[in-house]
Amino acid sequence: MTNMQNIKAGPVPGGLRNIEIGRLLLEGRAFFALIVIVAVFSALSPNYFTLGNFLTMASHVAIFGILAVGMLLVILNGGIDLSVGSTLGLCGVVAGFLMQGVTVGGYTLYPPVWVVAVLTCVFGALIGLVNGVLVARFKVPAFVATLGVMYVARGAALLITNGLTYNNLGGKPALGNTGFDWLGFNHVFSVPIGVIVLAVIAIVANVVLARTAFGRWLYASGGNERAAELAGVPVKRVQVSVYALSGLCAAIAGLILSSQLTSAGPTAGLSYELTAIAAVVIGGAALTGGRGTLRGTMLGAFVIGFLSDGLVIVGISSYWQTVFTGAVIVLAVLLNAVQYKRRPKKLPKNAVPA
Amino acid sequence: MSEAFEPGVVLAARDIVKTYGATRALKGVNFEIHRGKVTTLFGENGAGKSTLMKILSGVTTPTSGEIVLDGTPVTFASTVDARDRGVSIIHQELSLAPNMSVRDNIFLGREIRTATGVDYAEETRQAAALMRELEEDIDPATPVEELRLGQQQIVEIARALSVNARILIMDEPTSALSASEVEVLFKVIRDLTSRGVSIVYISHHLEEALQITDYAVVLRDGAMTATADRSAIDLEWIVRHMVGEHYDRGSPPTGYAFGDVALSVSGASVEDKNKGVLLVDNLSLDVRAGEIVCIYGLMGAGRTELLESIAGRVPLVGGDVRLLNRSLNGLSIAQRIDRGLVLVPEDRQRDGLVQTMSVGENLTLASIASFVRNLLTQPGKEKSIVQDSIRDVHIKTAGGKAAIGSLSGGNQQKVVIGKMLATGPKVILLDEPSRGIDIGAKAEVFRLLAEKASQGLAVVYSTSEVQECLSVAHRIIVMSKGRITAEFGPDVSKEDIMAASGEAVVH
Repeated sequence: MTNMQNIKAGPVPGGLRNIEIGRLLLEGRAFFALIVIVAVFSALSPNYFTLGNFLTMASHVAIFGILAVGMLLVILNGGIDLSVGSTLGLCGVVAGFLMQGVTVGGYTLYPPVWVVAVLTCVFGALIGLVNGVLVARFKVPAFVATLGVMYVARGAALLITNGLTYNNLGGKPALGNTGFDWLGFNHVFSVPIGVIVLAVIAIVANVVLARTAFGRWLYASGGNERAAELAGVPVKRVQVSVYALSGLCAAIAGLILSSQLTSAGPTAGLSYELTAIAAVVIGGAALTGGRGTLRGTMLGAFVIGFLSDGLVIVGISSYWQTVFTGAVIVLAVLLNAVQYKRRPKKLPKNAVPA
Repeated sequence: MSEAFEPGVVLAARDIVKTYGATRALKGVNFEIHRGKVTTLFGENGAGKSTLMKILSGVTTPTSGEIVLDGTPVTFASTVDARDRGVSIIHQELSLAPNMSVRDNIFLGREIRTATGVDYAEETRQAAALMRELEEDIDPATPVEELRLGQQQIVEIARALSVNARILIMDEPTSALSASEVEVLFKVIRDLTSRGVSIVYISHHLEEALQITDYAVVLRDGAMTATADRSAIDLEWIVRHMVGEHYDRGSPPTGYAFGDVALSVSGASVEDKNKGVLLVDNLSLDVRAGEIVCIYGLMGAGRTELLESIAGRVPLVGGDVRLLNRSLNGLSIAQRIDRGLVLVPEDRQRDGLVQTMSVGENLTLASIASFVRNLLTQPGKEKSIVQDSIRDVHIKTAGGKAAIGSLSGGNQQKVVIGKMLATGPKVILLDEPSRGIDIGAKAEVFRLLAEKASQGLAVVYSTSEVQECLSVAHRIIVMSKGRITAEFGPDVSKEDIMAASGEAVVH
């Protein structure tokens, strides 16, 4: 057919090659943006391009990055999770609460740190499950459901702590619950544990998205839920799962953050959900679902992290940082619109016979 | 309102050609609309009726050819432009805002403004006047959602009249109306024509259309095949020109014996929850392995509801569906696919394809388990499955990685069919598998079904095109109002099928 002949047509003319470069720039925009950011700040400050600084920045990125992985799953499904910032805060508080000892029937139990970590993760996943059930079973719009859970979780964190902060997370050797600072302060070959956790989560998520049936189901139900359902995809189960996974990611991020800060406060993670959404969007994912990659989201998280830390290092006021971050997000969404609008338009051009 | 008008041509289409990609939807159509007369367009699905109407009402522009309005060539820049020149269209799906009142709908987008806002009093007065003209007792303040469908149609007409439409295009206006509402509509149409308004009427109900029309124009495969005065034609004439005799769409596969009953539906009923009426009414049907059954019926006959309830998408309120003598009641869509029952849905874009995924990913979506080992997909195996599928159902594509949107409608349909065939089904249901695909692709789809049936697959497909009943089906079942009204062998005549569907009574 004409269609195929055009696709197979001989040598690529020069004009087309320019278009290819344009498309490469467009599709790899987060990557190029990251390179530009690193280059500009390295030129502006001698402290920026050092191993130590990169590791520090990476450990900042770890928190947003982990949230962004969970957010990507939700956004690929065509939803949104506004509750992750609050879930992060509440999970930190729950961990802090458990570290203070749990009084059961007159005895005070001090669970070891790994038990605290596991319980906190389960708790975070349960909060996500609530979101998922609200959205999938009760058909509450994702925006509203997670907005509600966002308030409830933040309120619960304030109630548990009575508005105060748990400052004593160190534990006592005699009680066998030391080591909470491990996540935030330890290094493996001088790489912070938080960054390693992010890397592990990212790799696992990438394999899940690219190589498992669940990943395929997720892309399909985000792209066209009705078609996916008719093809036998368990769309409800997928939907519930992504919110639970997002809650789990928020709990892990909460543990790392409170470990880094050696304190668990009820206001931790305020508005982090927006940063996570921004990372996903900068990474090229479509908010309508079905389109987006883990690689892009990670680049998005690093663009935001390296940009804001760079602005701090060169001494630009935090007010300006906010303005810059906002501008980058708008630019990213603008480019998303350009990218997704272009594709279908190309087809008729090819298809029209000469 | 008794102004005299000259009978004659008010709007004419000259040599209209419209191409979408490689598809020629209209191949040089000439078409005239007479002042104060009803002109009916006849044609099967995909014949080009809606494309022509879209061009006449400014929704889209022709690739070549011209539109002549009152003797002067014109180009409609948009529907608003066409409306301003007196051409209005009432679409099959009503375009009213159900939450707003009759008055607000009539003046939507062209509110009568004063210095301080909208002149609601004047709008109400004019809306009430329009309702009186149409002899409908509807309060302009009533929210549209509280009106019956027929009354909503009247509101649409009122809206068209409120901009002084001289030419009114009605696309399937009666498909959702009751018999008495159709009477009201016809009275309104006669009233309008007596005032000089020209009507273009499109309907699948041939008899109904013959009651109201003055001129008949028949389209087939994008070309006009006949045009005549009402007095010169009858039903047989329309059917002959609509369907044509020239095209062979295959014959039922022979040379093998049918197997056991693969699909058994008994006493199935499906309810429309909003209206409390039965869309499928106590229907029973057996299909054997290797058999091809065609379900013919008009829009609203309950074909889609029947197929979707068998596939598990909509619940049955009564009855039983059995596959290979095991009950499917209560099973999910996914479980039914596992047992060997699959559905190819009617609306390819909405229910069949995931536009964000490639051809290959769409093809394997229903059978991912076949290439997953240790939780991971095996790309090599997937690739070979995709290539086999592409060969098996004859998809013309640059490869499995191609974007699904790069395929033609016919090839997209083959992807949806191939996707369900890849699950290794025992029974395949296809809801209007030929909808919106060109004639060559239709033949290929039916050839594919015949081939699979001869290998033991039980095939059930629905259609609203009578010619397609007479292609590969061993048995033709006619549905009307949720029931089976007739059952024929492959040698039945078109007229008998149409008569049984309630579409036409041929003597």
